[in-house]
Amino acid sequence: MAHDSSHGVNDFGLKIATVNGTGSASANGLLLQALFRMGVPVSGKNVFPSNIQGLPTWYEIRVNADGYTARSPDFQLVVAMNPESYARDIEEVVSGGWILYDSSRELSEEFKRDDVTFIGVPFADLCVTRFDGSRTRILMKNITYVGALVALLDIDMDVVKGMLQEKFATKQHLMEANFIAIELGRDYVLEHFDCPLPIRLETVDATKDSVMVTGNAAAALGCVYAGATVGAWYPITPATSVMDGFTEYCNRFRIDPETGKKNFCIIQAEDELAAAGMVIGASWMGARAFTPTAGPGISLMTEFIGLAYYAEVPSVFFDIQRAGPSTGMPTRTQQGDLLLCVYASHGDTKHIVLFPGDPKECFEFAVAAFDLAERFQTPTFVVSDLDIGMNDWMIPKLEWDDDFVPDRGKVLSAEELEQAERFYRYLDVDGDHVAARTLPGVHGKGAYFTRGSGHDKYGRYTEDSDEYVEVMDRLLKKVESAADAVPAPELHTVEGGSRLGLISIGGCHWAVLEARDQLLRDGVQVDYLRVRGFPFSSAVERFIDEHDVVVVVEQNRDEQLRKLLLLETNCVKQKLESITDYGGQPLSKGVVLEGLAPYLEALAVEVS
Amino acid sequence: MSYITKPSARHPRLPSNAVGLTVRDYEGSMSTLCAGCGHDSVTAALVQAFFELDIEPHRVAKLSGIGCSSKTPAYFVSEAHGFNSVHGRMPAIAAGANAANRDLLYVGISGDGDSLSIGLGQFCHAIRRNVNMLYVLENNGVYGLTKGQFSASADIGTTSKRGEVNEQEPIDPVNLALSLGATFVARSFSGDKAQLVPILKAGLAHNGFAFVDVISPCVTFNDHEGSTKSYAYTRDNMHEVIETDFVPLRAEIKTDYADGSVQAITMHDGSVVKLRKVTEQYDPNDRSGVVDYLSETRSRGEIATGLLFLEAAGADMHGFQGTVDQPLVDIPYETLCPGSAALDQLQAEWR
Repeated sequence: MAHDSSHGVNDFGLKIATVNGTGSASANGLLLQALFRMGVPVSGKNVFPSNIQGLPTWYEIRVNADGYTARSPDFQLVVAMNPESYARDIEEVVSGGWILYDSSRELSEEFKRDDVTFIGVPFADLCVTRFDGSRTRILMKNITYVGALVALLDIDMDVVKGMLQEKFATKQHLMEANFIAIELGRDYVLEHFDCPLPIRLETVDATKDSVMVTGNAAAALGCVYAGATVGAWYPITPATSVMDGFTEYCNRFRIDPETGKKNFCIIQAEDELAAAGMVIGASWMGARAFTPTAGPGISLMTEFIGLAYYAEVPSVFFDIQRAGPSTGMPTRTQQGDLLLCVYASHGDTKHIVLFPGDPKECFEFAVAAFDLAERFQTPTFVVSDLDIGMNDWMIPKLEWDDDFVPDRGKVLSAEELEQAERFYRYLDVDGDHVAARTLPGVHGKGAYFTRGSGHDKYGRYTEDSDEYVEVMDRLLKKVESAADAVPAPELHTVEGGSRLGLISIGGCHWAVLEARDQLLRDGVQVDYLRVRGFPFSSAVERFIDEHDVVVVVEQNRDEQLRKLLLLETNCVKQKLESITDYGGQPLSKGVVLEGLAPYLEALAVEVS
Repeated sequence: MSYITKPSARHPRLPSNAVGLTVRDYEGSMSTLCAGCGHDSVTAALVQAFFELDIEPHRVAKLSGIGCSSKTPAYFVSEAHGFNSVHGRMPAIAAGANAANRDLLYVGISGDGDSLSIGLGQFCHAIRRNVNMLYVLENNGVYGLTKGQFSASADIGTTSKRGEVNEQEPIDPVNLALSLGATFVARSFSGDKAQLVPILKAGLAHNGFAFVDVISPCVTFNDHEGSTKSYAYTRDNMHEVIETDFVPLRAEIKTDYADGSVQAITMHDGSVVKLRKVTEQYDPNDRSGVVDYLSETRSRGEIATGLLFLEAAGADMHGFQGTVDQPLVDIPYETLCPGSAALDQLQAEWR
């Protein structure tokens, strides 16, 4: 490991290793928010176990003045609070870096490294001396390491104290205990070590237009703003916090002021099958309804998804992807459900799928998903992942246009039905492949049978080949016509064009962007396109056509995005190369640069 | 399901109900079930119940899963929206639909395969959730469309048409519904329209999950000797424990019930269900007593019928949820969207 001298003020990676269920999450959140409030761009990645208490857990904080928020490529400082994971935690620090550890117990010789600096603080002893009760001692130990970091990294103590005051405004005794713990850690370090370290914070003004939020909270808020009234779900990591958020925001914004009753209905279903059915039932009635889940839930929902596709019932599905297959690694991130979502269900099906790249897009795409679902009368997926969904991201402030009018699609009113001679559910009268629908309870003339069995364009049961094919062909055209309605791909091109193109998706974006910036600085010209929706816009195929080599960067083993591009565009197969990263961690630029190296070498002659 | 339009000719002197419709207006398309199928009698009873209750057809939502029973929503109230969903999953569709629009009248038609095997979980949870709907289980103990396999309601010792004997314990949906806290539990026989119609009417008026188990013989695969769900067996062993009469809100409600054995229960909408005990010791308000009684009759090989248990008061799904009285689908978007000022305020907390 070479010493990395480029890191210093407002630019370093910090990793905190603790034991799950000991209260470290709130200490780490406090730390992240303090840095953010000092105006410094930060990102936090929670690497946690599928466990309630006892297993090792980590929190990675990246401080980057340039605003890069992808997973930190390396760590200059590790806070090692969990002896069980000492070996790998100490291993992880770059040469020349620092290790802050609990010196209440002497560090075993086997862990020692002579190319890093060990900073021993007797956190446990300090807390045992100062606090009563084992639970308080364990909780406060976390706050003492925040205190130590305040001194080592020159974190603004007023900011930290201000946050504790806000947090514990109504719990005076807790506030006092936290103050004591912060000062315990800080004072010990100030007394025993040279502070601050070369890696440290400096107050700047780079976050004033940003907020810190998780993708799941933002998606939930998007559902509220889209006007969704029915949410059905079955608890699953990492999607649970979508419904937690929806519940919170509905309780805040959707209580009828006169009666105190709810302008929403949230149903915790008996399983994901039922959750999908409830969404379809509510959508059939004309409500905007959704379900948040993860891959295992989508697997269970696929039968109903096929029904919604064939019977043309608008419905919105959030897949917060985690590492599969099967139960897989529920607390690790992945992009392994791309093909599952695009083609979910048996028979010929194809769905509209949106791929947000950060919490801001989770909010925006949630709103868009309801519009698309109703406009095209079909299941629509928002495919996020654990990294976007559960980690705190620094994003530009969300914006809302108060003139926004939701696109409810073609729905006939009682007056229109009264005047109509007849109504046929699946008759495309204007050639846009979308037939008007009616809602139950509105007018007797609008009545029809919603069914997953074979039907003709009039909505009648059929087993006739031609009648069946006619409807199936229209469905395909309908979904394909959404290519220009889904969020357009994001393009980053160099002047004059490059022979090498990159394509990526979802949360990979930030690491790819960072890697590309580094290449550009080094004089390597690379174009980049981020896919944001399916069916693919024609711009995607054009991008591939315009490049000699296109490297697809994604987080799954089977090159699912690359395969989807091969299936759903007319691109030349040999052009598409692949970088995959599917170990369950958020992507960092190193993986991209390493993966690109062979292609850069091949193109180097021409480039220079 | 097959679709055959019925001729619309009707007798000029057919009586009309309070909304100006005749009984023919509550029919649907022509049944494609086997001639003599019990399910068609249930359909006829439903048509009669809707007609007599003066229900506006377009305010009804009919739902089903998959199977012979699940075809029947096509055969009644053609001006109502219908949803023929997937096997065993109708309760979820109904719960979601009801969540979105609580003002419609929901009728779910299911079968013993649909509700007691593939959809047992959803059936149970719809009861727990107390979704406001009439849920009719057309129970024939057999899978018809796949040619005669035993269903989960087949009694021990019953034989299939091919001669196999069922050795497995049946699931009794009435028992199950009672144990899950259902507030309206009835059992009837498709061949007994006089009993079935008032039960269906009471079920439609009930605020909550109204469960009606209807023994509905399969003429093709389960109407032979050795079946305990044939016409002959059911007629011979049916034992009515309680007679049901239903008095809708619009009808004059007599406060004086001369006969001491008649119990009047006022429903959520003000209509009245009158229950007359045929068996003196039977109390349709005592859940555990009902369970005991049914267990005794079953051990004697008898099929107890009637509105077996009723608890008219209590919260349905919306009551548990605290949802507004107005259907969610009728709330304007302006009320639902918090707007930009609220977004700014919220985001101030995200710093």
